[in-house]
Amino acid sequence: MNYREGAPIKDTKAPEGPIEDRWEKRKFSARLVNPANKRKINVIVVGTGLAGGSAAATLGELGYKVKSFCYQDSPRRAHSIAAQGGINAAKNYRGDGDSIYRLFYDTVKGGDFRARESNVYRLAQVSVNIIDQAVAQGVPFAREYGGLLDTRSFGGAQVSRTFYARGQTGQQLLLGAYSALERQIAAGTVEMHTRHEMLELIISDGRARGVVVRDMVTGEVETHLADAVVLATGGYGNVFFLSTNAKGCNTTAIWRAHQKGAVFANPCYTQIHPTCIPVSGEYQSKLTLMSESLRNDGRVWVPLKGGDPRPVAEIPEDERDYYLERIYPAFGNLVPRDIASRAAKNVCDEGRGVGPGGLGVYLDFADAIKRLGRDAVEKKYGNLFEMYERITGEDPYTQPMRIYPAVHYTMGGLWVDYDLQSSVPGLFVIGEANFSDHGANRLGASALMQGLADGYFVLPTTIGDYLADAHTFDAIDDQQVAEAEIAVKNRIEKLLSVNGTRTADSFHRELGKLMWDYCGMERTEEGLRKALERIPELRAEFWRDVKVSGVNEELNQALERAGRVADFFDLAELMCLDALHRTESCGGHFRAESQDADGEALRDDEHFAYVAAWESTPDGPVLHKEDLEYEYVKMTQRSYK
Amino acid sequence: MAVSGAVLVFFLVAHMAGNLKIFAGAESFNGYAAWLREVGYPLLPHRGLLTILEAGLVVAIAAHMYSAIVLARRAAHARPVKYAARVKSRANGYATRTMRWGGVIIFFFVIYHLLDMTFGVANPEGHDATPFARMVAGFEPARWYITVFYVISVVMVGLHLRHGLWSALQTLGLARRYPVLKISAALVSAVLTIGFLVVPLAITFGVVR
Amino acid sequence: MNLTLKVWRQSGPDDDGRLVRYEIEDVSPDMSFLEMLDVLNEGLILAGDDPVAFDHDCREGICGMCSMMIDGVAHGPQKNTTTCQLHMRHYNDGDTIVIEPWRARPFPVVKDLVVDRSAFDRIIQAGGFISVPAGSAPDAHAMPVPKADADDAFDAATCIGCGACVAACPNGSASLFTAAKITHLGLLPQGQPERGSRARAMVEQMDEEGFGGCTNTGECTAVCPKGIPLDTIARMNADYLRASRKSG
Ligand SMILES: Cc1cc2nc3c(=O)[nH]c(=O)nc-3n(C[C@H](O)[C@H](O)[C@H](O)COP(=O)(O)OP(=O)(O)OC[C@H]3O[C@@H](n4cnc5c(N)ncnc54)[C@H](O)[C@@H]3O)c2cc1C
Ligand code: HEM
Ligand code: HEM
Ligand code: SF4
Ligand code: F3S
Ligand code: FES
Repeated sequence: MNYREGAPIKDTKAPEGPIEDRWEKRKFSARLVNPANKRKINVIVVGTGLAGGSAAATLGELGYKVKSFCYQDSPRRAHSIAAQGGINAAKNYRGDGDSIYRLFYDTVKGGDFRARESNVYRLAQVSVNIIDQAVAQGVPFAREYGGLLDTRSFGGAQVSRTFYARGQTGQQLLLGAYSALERQIAAGTVEMHTRHEMLELIISDGRARGVVVRDMVTGEVETHLADAVVLATGGYGNVFFLSTNAKGCNTTAIWRAHQKGAVFANPCYTQIHPTCIPVSGEYQSKLTLMSESLRNDGRVWVPLKGGDPRPVAEIPEDERDYYLERIYPAFGNLVPRDIASRAAKNVCDEGRGVGPGGLGVYLDFADAIKRLGRDAVEKKYGNLFEMYERITGEDPYTQPMRIYPAVHYTMGGLWVDYDLQSSVPGLFVIGEANFSDHGANRLGASALMQGLADGYFVLPTTIGDYLADAHTFDAIDDQQVAEAEIAVKNRIEKLLSVNGTRTADSFHRELGKLMWDYCGMERTEEGLRKALERIPELRAEFWRDVKVSGVNEELNQALERAGRVADFFDLAELMCLDALHRTESCGGHFRAESQDADGEALRDDEHFAYVAAWESTPDGPVLHKEDLEYEYVKMTQRSYK
Repeated sequence: MAVSGAVLVFFLVAHMAGNLKIFAGAESFNGYAAWLREVGYPLLPHRGLLTILEAGLVVAIAAHMYSAIVLARRAAHARPVKYAARVKSRANGYATRTMRWGGVIIFFFVIYHLLDMTFGVANPEGHDATPFARMVAGFEPARWYITVFYVISVVMVGLHLRHGLWSALQTLGLARRYPVLKISAALVSAVLTIGFLVVPLAITFGVVR
Repeated sequence: MNLTLKVWRQSGPDDDGRLVRYEIEDVSPDMSFLEMLDVLNEGLILAGDDPVAFDHDCREGICGMCSMMIDGVAHGPQKNTTTCQLHMRHYNDGDTIVIEPWRARPFPVVKDLVVDRSAFDRIIQAGGFISVPAGSAPDAHAMPVPKADADDAFDAATCIGCGACVAACPNGSASLFTAAKITHLGLLPQGQPERGSRARAMVEQMDEEGFGGCTNTGECTAVCPKGIPLDTIARMNADYLRASRKSG
């Protein structure tokens, strides 16, 4: 697949001046919409996760007329619900030296110098308000005996700034946003459409003006029009088939927008999470994450010798390799996710992995139990241990857990400016669906923070500036609307009419394996080229041979899946292309050709300190580079040794 | 439901206490029965208080049955299509599951019981005998089957209460410390059950004659 | 292992529906229950048949989407477990498993095992929130919460809105779900101003939706994947009665 290089992106609309003042400045310069006019302005929000839920609720509260969509049967079930570990905020309640600046610094560094300073600083500033907001909504964060909020430290950070609600932080935060959203639904400011999947973006006069959705119960293809569209449709990790994402997570919404002109940034940046439950067989449908917080007390090891047949208990201490503690003495088991993941892959590649297929390493709590007592360990991790036992049938109190890395989060997404507006005017993108704040790698507990920052605080301000002009927008072009609708119907029909011999899932599985092998934890030029060759073939096979049973006019889960898989093919191709062109290693993207003598990732700031923003054109992808400048944090090679 | 149930519970406690007086002998028991009819006299007419109590009881039973029927109908309405598989109970408690049919059985028992003891229609001694005589005759050894019937019914009542007592507190929003409450409910119903049972058994086995 | 499944098939709300028998072979004990159904569905699709529709998303026991009555028990035989987290190692070769949708009038069947649970959303709309516009919150430490209250609130807050409580309740009551939310918010200082009105509005909405009344049979807690305790219902009743007394 060839690409051209287009004009670089010069302006991200971030205000100038001292970094501490930029957001304040932007808030002030953003025009306000008069309350009487707000009632006449329609905004569509697709997605009800932390980002979309909080945005829809806040926009509704502000007085806009909001339509909200999700594919689940209730907004409360968006995938944010599954986040376990926690949410960062620079509250410095512990007095352990945390500050907005330090969270900013850690995030830029954690993102391996591929994130924008202005955005990250704003994120750190707003993080403080998120906790206040959530607590006021009744989110039951963990508390200490004095009644104040408890925090813990999380992978990659040396201060304790992660707020948590047992192992269910995402759930509790989402229920907070969901209840705010339901309150607005009751108030009549938000109209909720559940079990509706967005399948196309409507652009009129160069502006995003609506969406085409399919009612997943009746199959009806509906059009909804508005003055602005917000996409908050989450990440695309499911391109790998096996990931920690929910089964329904998809790229369809953002991919359709990309095809309609929205530029897609850094598609290859995926985060692999080091602590997931290993695959048990071919039928496996998804991978389950074990919270990273487990690494606070668990010790990671493999037997020194590969293929050790002895039961765990019989392997003596001196024949165990606590490889993270050995290689990274300063951070030990708490090294960032990409390092922990790759280290696990390396020991397994050496043939020292444990469990089925040798794809696993031990996460051992024996020491923690000895030191803290079983009760204390149970208090901290009880629900995770239970979950592990339920899935594997093994008891982690008496036997070390087996873990393996799995795809978890996608840092890439639609490109947005400082206002969270994409390259299509009127199309705003928030949460995991955009690429904005994490650079090449995301710190643990920062995605929840970003989703809520975007939804509660940033978007409601910046979208106002855009909507202040809403009265000047041209009438929506019927032709464009009709075309979008027809495109959707044709696609559905095409999927139903192939009538081949393979299910969409079987294609998805094959695509996922390809991506995991060639565009996963470690990428090589050779592998990526192979993938780029194979993906188009597989896609052609899909359109020739997929079998989708049933009809459109019903609840048809086979059809839903097939549509999502079709978009994953296209996305996968762009991911591989992006990965191929970025010949450096950075963050979640490890190019085997770019490593130092110790096998550590080697960044190439001279050539790659930019955001790769891809435009879709009829003659193939066009790359626009947005250069990244660091005024505050000096670029250094990461070292966790 | 909970309120009417609670009224019935209070009645049962008093009733049991009264019944136990049988161990104090015929006079005492008959005296108690007479006192029931004379208390408050002349402020209240003969049988004044008793009538009020009886009226209260009738209201309570009617309210109790009415709410039971309303609840059952709401339940039927809420689940128009039944499960095909036999629904397995996961909550423990035979007592809980037998509330509805148990209640019906108790209802029939009370009717018989009234015919037996209050109106004396079903009693060998007939209407005009003293309460004590009716009791002794009712449960005489030869009529062991009546005693068995009473025993079964009273056990049913005990079960009904075991769940009902706790359940009423829960419905009134008073239940908090579950283990304690559940044990208390079980104890109270056990005491009531035994308290009721000793009387007919004592007669049947000839302790009281 | 080989299993016989009897699955409720119903093409839409107007169809009568029936149990259909399927034989499924080579089920691995490490499969989850839903993965077992995936395998069944792959086969059905290839045969040109309609796959069994069932709700699911996260597949890790937290989104509350999966919802099946398995052999007459909501979410199947394992305690505190959602259907997606139930694994086939709990079954034996040759077993017959009957799979049905949740049954309650307020949960009409959409298709096969999929039901419409939007009644739950409407109960939340009636008052399951604390009114606090974005940006208006005081500092999070302005209001300490005793740990015991925070913990109890949390226990109630873990409800995933799956509806198993309704499915299992002999009365088709939604009391446990509603009570969980009322308890969660009612135990926190932030939730006090709206405590009474919230309880009233939510209970009334629950009744309006057509759920049955609670007679404290406790089947709900027993199947609740999150083990929401029964005393939440007592708290709901207390709040409701108090609020009703106050405003007559
Ligand atoms: C297992 C797991 C654990 C995690 N733990 C943590 C953690 O501890 N801390 C942390 O900070 N982050 C964590 N993350 C990451 C974090 O949860 C997510 O990045 C974040 O929640 C994404 O939120 P969102 O609002 O952007 O999207 P989501 O919550 O994914 O919401 C997407 C929404 O879009 C809707 N949608 C999607 N596609 C369409 C479509 N085509 N049409 C209509 N609607 C659509 C969905 O219905 C849904 O409502 C975790 C992620 C996973 C998978
Ligand atoms: C006339 C016969 C009776 C019938 C038909 C009856 C029926 C019922 C029913 C159906 C219930 C609700 C349980 C459920 O629906 O599962 C109930 C509850 C109860 N019953 Fe009875 N019952 C009868 C007699 C009694 C008596 C004699 C007492 C006590 C002395 C009593 C005390 C209670 C109590 C305390 C409850 C619990 C109330 C609640 O759940 O809030 N009942 N009864
Ligand atoms: C097994 C033990 C019992 C014995 C020996 C017993 C005995 C009696 C007697 C002797 C009377 C007549 C009292 C009078 O007319 O002065 C009576 C009345 C009555 N009993 Fe019982 N009883 C028993 C159990 C019960 C139970 C379990 C119930 C209820 C569930 C019950 C309900 C009543 C009622 C409703 C009356 C009528 C009260 C009235 O007319 O005021 N009894 N009983
Ligand atoms: S109370 Fe339990 S069973 Fe009911 S909806 Fe909540 S989690 Fe599900
Ligand atoms: S099972 Fe039903 S009766 Fe009440 S205690 Fe639970 S709601
Ligand atoms: S699929 Fe989410 S709880 Fe089962």
